Amino acid sequence: MKVRRVGDTALLVETGDLATAHRMNAALRNVPLPGVVDVVPGERTVLVVADHSADLNRLAALLPRLPLADDTVSDAEPLEIPVVYDGEDLDEVASLTGLTRAEVVRRHSAGSYTVAYLGFSPGFGYLSGLDPALHVARRASPRKAVPAGSVAVAGPYAAVYPSRSPGGWRLLGRSRLPLWDVSRDPPSLLRPGTRVRFVPEERS
Amino acid sequence: MIEVVRPGPLATVQDLGRPGRAHLGVPRSGAADQRAFRLANRLVGNPEGAAGVEVTFGGAALRFHVRAWISVTGAPVTLRIDGRPHGMNAPCSVSSGAVVELDTPASGLRSYVAVRGGIAVDEVLGSRSTDLLSGLGPAPLAPGDRLPIGSAAGLRHINVDVVPVAAMPETPILQILPGPRDDWFAHDALATLTSTPYEVTPDSNRVGVRLNGPPLVRARDGELGSEGMVIGSLQVPPSGLPIIFLADHPTTGGYPVVAVLASAAVAEAAQLRPGQKLRFRV
Repeated sequence: MKVRRVGDTALLVETGDLATAHRMNAALRNVPLPGVVDVVPGERTVLVVADHSADLNRLAALLPRLPLADDTVSDAEPLEIPVVYDGEDLDEVASLTGLTRAEVVRRHSAGSYTVAYLGFSPGFGYLSGLDPALHVARRASPRKAVPAGSVAVAGPYAAVYPSRSPGGWRLLGRSRLPLWDVSRDPPSLLRPGTRVRFVPEERS
Repeated sequence: MIEVVRPGPLATVQDLGRPGRAHLGVPRSGAADQRAFRLANRLVGNPEGAAGVEVTFGGAALRFHVRAWISVTGAPVTLRIDGRPHGMNAPCSVSSGAVVELDTPASGLRSYVAVRGGIAVDEVLGSRSTDLLSGLGPAPLAPGDRLPIGSAAGLRHINVDVVPVAAMPETPILQILPGPRDDWFAHDALATLTSTPYEVTPDSNRVGVRLNGPPLVRARDGELGSEGMVIGSLQVPPSGLPIIFLADHPTTGGYPVVAVLASAAVAEAAQLRPGQKLRFRV
């Protein structure tokens, strides 16, 4: 594992893949290291942000030797997200992929997903595990306002918009499950490594 | 209680932000120039993290409906209390009904108003900061807004008259540390970055300072996997023109970071104004 300097307060550990990034994230959350204030997994990295009390050299030497659990697949049941598949872009995704509407829905809801990382907006999880047949580009021009709960795809990722925001992903449907709630702690149901399934629901 | 008479171009409530939640996509946010912000609080006996007002490019007027102690730090402005000039970087007593006015700063961008007891708007995820990227925290201040003041019980005494503060340089020289992705750029990218001045563009904000100048040339194609970002990162989008990330920067990003500001330079970056030139040094 290569450890890169990120200014004078942070280190970027290259884990090589997402699974190892999640294992390192889990290790750093289970047994927090002194002086570490933020641990942020990415697609193939973990960013470790420290405060000024931390010795970065020591931390850089320690991180690659951190004992990681063998297996990150948790015993917890995946989070089930109910979806009404009536999204504005469903027909467009069907025509882009050459599939029928029903087949798009079937493939999207058959997938087993993992939260790769969060970003873009609070609680916005990039879900890996999308059926390759459903990989479509983002819209050429993003919508100014996508409603909270919109279920969407773009590139290799699926996502649910946690709050109303601009967005260019293709909308397949909507969910009534509140993934993001600032009055909860933690506010997000999605965390790096959380497993997710989409469950089709009748129109409501 | 404080009544916002005029917020100026942009005024927000800030504290030290929401650290520790970047893995949930929550930016740290908080005062952009934390050095000036912390000083403002210390001057009135507050803990450094008490909420205050970040005034962008002056022009603000606040009416105090109670007697209070305040201090103003950061970008140097003419400060008036009921029309009478007062010094910055010093505690000032404000009588009930008085209006505190900040003119346009002569240099720098962001001034801070601390009030003894702190501003007591509701917390969101442990902070009273307005985050312009994610929309967390209170909305930017608008005329007529009323800001409650917290209790001063148990605070330290005010025991400093004034703190000398260095003038803001016309062309700041910001120290950078190369990486983490300098290897994505041509071998002379750091030389380019440090040999010529860059200019701050008008579309800069609390998310980032956008720069004009010689573009940095990539040494490799392809996409970087999204990775965590820190404050002070010089992220380089396909235009080749770096963006310096400030307090409301996104928590993850997919463009390579060529270098990161030294922590001490982040406060200077937060005071850069549109049209101003700056230099980088390694």
